[in-house]
Amino acid sequence: MINKYRWYEYIYIYIGIAIFVTFMLAPFLEAFLVSMRPLSGIFSVPYKIITEDMSFDAYFSMWHSVPKLHIYIMNSFFIASSVTIISLAVVIPSAWAFARFEFKGRDAFLGGFLAINMVGGAVLIIPLYKLMQSLGLLNTYWAMIIPGAAFTVPTGIWLLRSYMMKIPISLEEAAWVDGANRLYILRRVILPIAMPGIIVVAIATFITGYAQQFLFALVFNSKDVLNPLPVGIYQFFGRQTVLWHELMAASLVGILPVLIIYIFLQRYIVAGLTAGAVKE
Amino acid sequence: MNALDGKTNYFPYLLLLPALALTMLIVAWPLAETVRLSFTNSSLNPVENYVGFKNYIKIFGGKFPEVIVRTFYWMLISVTFKMVVGVAGAMLLNCAVPGRNLFRILIMPPWIVPIAIGVFIWSWMYNGQFGMISGIGQWLGIFAGPFEFLAYRNTAFYATIVTDVWVGTPLVTIYLLAAMQSVPGDLHEAAWTDGASRFYRFRRITLPLIMPAVATMALLSAIWTFNSFDIIWILTEGGPRGSTTTMIVDTFKTAISRNRYGEGAARAVMIVVFLTSFSAFYFYMLSRFAKRALDKTGGKK
Repeated sequence: MINKYRWYEYIYIYIGIAIFVTFMLAPFLEAFLVSMRPLSGIFSVPYKIITEDMSFDAYFSMWHSVPKLHIYIMNSFFIASSVTIISLAVVIPSAWAFARFEFKGRDAFLGGFLAINMVGGAVLIIPLYKLMQSLGLLNTYWAMIIPGAAFTVPTGIWLLRSYMMKIPISLEEAAWVDGANRLYILRRVILPIAMPGIIVVAIATFITGYAQQFLFALVFNSKDVLNPLPVGIYQFFGRQTVLWHELMAASLVGILPVLIIYIFLQRYIVAGLTAGAVKE
Repeated sequence: MNALDGKTNYFPYLLLLPALALTMLIVAWPLAETVRLSFTNSSLNPVENYVGFKNYIKIFGGKFPEVIVRTFYWMLISVTFKMVVGVAGAMLLNCAVPGRNLFRILIMPPWIVPIAIGVFIWSWMYNGQFGMISGIGQWLGIFAGPFEFLAYRNTAFYATIVTDVWVGTPLVTIYLLAAMQSVPGDLHEAAWTDGASRFYRFRRITLPLIMPAVATMALLSAIWTFNSFDIIWILTEGGPRGSTTTMIVDTFKTAISRNRYGEGAARAVMIVVFLTSFSAFYFYMLSRFAKRALDKTGGKK
């Protein structure tokens, strides 16, 4: 049959996949191995993968050397969630406008939003710093949330607009004919029907907001209790004695929650990232 | 046109208002301010004066052209690898073999975890004495002794690219995988019935049909790679001796580390200028290729 492979083809495919998966996961394996060794064992030469002195000690002692680890994890989730909520609040009405209405300058507005992708946060860091300063937002969560949200808007609008364009317009028209006003339609017709698309955009936004927490937190925040996970751990690098095994343990524990969530939601993530883009 | 348009035509603008307000505040105004600052001598000193094109003249008289070339070189190599590995990975994960759903899950973590955390781990991997790569390299006899990847100009340059490819590939792969899955199955069946080999079908059916997705993803990747900051900053801070200083790292160093806001702004403006020109050039080439492909197949319009 068409999808039947010969035995040697199976071997090629699995070898290829094995190389690919190894490249993607090797760093995590390395982090795990380092976290299992005592500090003296890490710096042993020559390199060995399995050593006799392996233990989970670092996972207990790290709570002393990185005492705020749980706070960093919570901060990361709080910032990413807030980014997602703000982003959705502005993306949903805009996506509806682009998907359903004809108005002057529509393409120009859409192009303008997409052009935001070209400007990275690091390019604007000087005026953004001054802006946060004059708004009095330095060293608050807002300084990490608001810029983070703004940069997720273009992709959100793009994905959700494509999703809404595939929804038949008849339901909205029926509600309109029945005399519902447009805000009511947005709330009671569009929101429920577009929910699968909205969930997908929410997940994509959350991951972006979670994965890219570094620059804004590094520059706009100097209060340790507000730091997200990456910056919280980054501070421990460059100290006189870097406790590598504990830092690796802390990193792994720090990313564990999001990995668990990912395993449960991966179906939506894959579907969502591709829904808007491919059909265009 | 549809019923919802009604009589009042300001309504769509009302819907756009929240998104416009947010992006104006965080992107448009700071961008305009960056352009303004680039014509000043702004620094920690509270007095700032307009200095015309002095900043631009100064940076182009220095090492900046070298940085621009390096940035494009870094970006092109990185994006090429992301696309090649992405296409190959999507092909493999598209094969109907047992366990493929598991493999699709397993390749995504580099994209899910905070970029900075992944890069911390890579900075350990590149360690010559104790890291995995040097260690295994010594076992296999590739390196005679410990090899410190981030200590030499050449290897640091490629090491930052490898990490960037690692971070960027999962998204490219999953996107192209979806593109491959949207290729209608009957096309493959028809070709298969006619006796076309698997490779032939890939080259003549899959590849042409996923080309638009590849082209889109390549541009997006190029833009993201061009603006990539965290990876290089954490691994090398632009060193050793400037070998991994891309435009964005260079801007950050000038503006934030040395507090030369005016000069940093001029460098930032050049990032936007070069990235916009590159994208425009890309679209131009794309439309020419698309036209040529249509002419070739005889499909007019």
